[in-house]
Amino acid sequence: MYASVLRNDSISNPPSTAHDSPSVFAIQGLECWYGTHQVIRKVSLIIPERRITAIIGPSGCGKSTLIRCLNRINDLIPGFRMSGHILFKGRELDDPAIDPLTIRLKVGMVFQKPNPFPKSIYENVAYGPRIWELHRDRRLDDHVEKSLRKAALWDEVKDKLGQNALTLSGGQQQRLCIARALAVEPEVLLLDEPCSALDPIATGKIEELLLELKQRYTLVIVTHNMQQAARVSDETGFLLMGELIEFGPTEKLFTTPGDSRTEAYITGRFG
Amino acid sequence: MPDRHPSKIVERLFKLMALGALVIALGTLTALLVDALLDGGGRLNWQFLTSFPSRKPEQAGIASALVGTIYLMILTAACALPIGVGAALYLEEYVGKHWLARVIEVNIANLAGVPSIIYGLLGLELFVRMMGLGRSLLAGALTMALLVLPIVIIATREALRTVPSSIREASYALGASRWQTIWHQVLPLALPGILTGSILALSRAIGEAAPLITMGALTYIAFLPDSLLAPFTALPIQIFNWVSRPQPGFHANAAAGIVVLLAVLLIMNGLAVYVRQRAQKRLYL
Repeated sequence: MYASVLRNDSISNPPSTAHDSPSVFAIQGLECWYGTHQVIRKVSLIIPERRITAIIGPSGCGKSTLIRCLNRINDLIPGFRMSGHILFKGRELDDPAIDPLTIRLKVGMVFQKPNPFPKSIYENVAYGPRIWELHRDRRLDDHVEKSLRKAALWDEVKDKLGQNALTLSGGQQQRLCIARALAVEPEVLLLDEPCSALDPIATGKIEELLLELKQRYTLVIVTHNMQQAARVSDETGFLLMGELIEFGPTEKLFTTPGDSRTEAYITGRFG
Repeated sequence: MPDRHPSKIVERLFKLMALGALVIALGTLTALLVDALLDGGGRLNWQFLTSFPSRKPEQAGIASALVGTIYLMILTAACALPIGVGAALYLEEYVGKHWLARVIEVNIANLAGVPSIIYGLLGLELFVRMMGLGRSLLAGALTMALLVLPIVIIATREALRTVPSSIREASYALGASRWQTIWHQVLPLALPGILTGSILALSRAIGEAAPLITMGALTYIAFLPDSLLAPFTALPIQIFNWVSRPQPGFHANAAAGIVVLLAVLLIMNGLAVYVRQRAQKRLYL
């Protein structure tokens, strides 16, 4: 029901999408709780395909909770509860017929702190394809190389694939995590403050990479760094105390915000 | 600016007290070891290690007890490890923060403090009599497994908790199932902790005489156990038996037996340290 409504973009409070890119996620009236504590209040927005959507807002505003709903990884947290609708390519994400594990095959995630497995670089990338039985032997080797190339890491690690991933620098580790996520060939990549533990040079490399990945993947990035959102994203949503205050094209949100609270936040008066 | 910190004397005093505590602890142990070595050093030779018990102290040896202890420990580990690790995995990875888990946790901690002789009584009734295993190696190992099980569970849960949640999330985010995440990521990381805890638990069991005596393990055995249902003896029982004899020759044997027991214990604890350090090197480089 909601699928058709959302695709026609005719819901009562339509999130603005100033382009004709088809939507990957359509979120409608999303509310989330941890126990009795409500962290997301009536959030509706549309995440367009092959674009970078940024979610900004002060600490504790619910940004991470919001994107963690999109691969249902919040389900693992005891006491987590949500209501409302999230459509992934027209299908309800919490349809009981859908195994949440298969959602995570299509919707990858990169976390705030680089979290490579304490195994070899090769094993990190090969883990996803192995558990999904996607490739074997020689084809797996090629696939690992392809994934590392997509994450712009291949040239730096091609001679030491057997080395423990923890020997890499923080920025390399984060690109390895991106390669690991890309190795299962997702359509969407969720990035939860992927640069907050990195120095400016490593951050620059990741941002460059994101702009490249946008050609083939839909990216959703949570960041508390407004410059980063302004540099890389096409759409930006501003979240405050669990409410989506404003959502629209990044350029418009940063130059002529429609809400005084957005303006106050992006000009640095709080947050 | 004052010349010296106001608590300087207290600092020194505290350091001295801590040193004193260490000297008392290590001193007692050293005294015991030296005493045992002085009394039993003369009996420590190949003949002692390879001979069976005898009525003549100078011909008596520890072979059946040493082999019995080694078999007992291997069997105990084989019984207690899978059950203990499985129980801990279920409590930690599947049940989570449910109130029932907390009730079980408190009970397991209490079980770890139950006197070992009680386990002996349980073993006597359950394994020796009800299950009809007799006073066999298997019955002894099962009794010992009950004794170490709570410690193995507690150690395993601690080890599982040290695996960072970011590793679990990384695995789940790739679509791995719970079992895949546990098997490929969590268990390998927790293994050194599990092994260290389990070896320490076993080294507690190795010195236990009370439960084995309660369940009726024999003291005089002139052959090596050849099956799981064979009667057996173990080092602490043999030592206990020798100590209770009036002849001084047997007392020397008991002292030598203590040295052997300590050596086995030391080897096991050394193994625990080695396992931990090797695994840590692999993890943190």
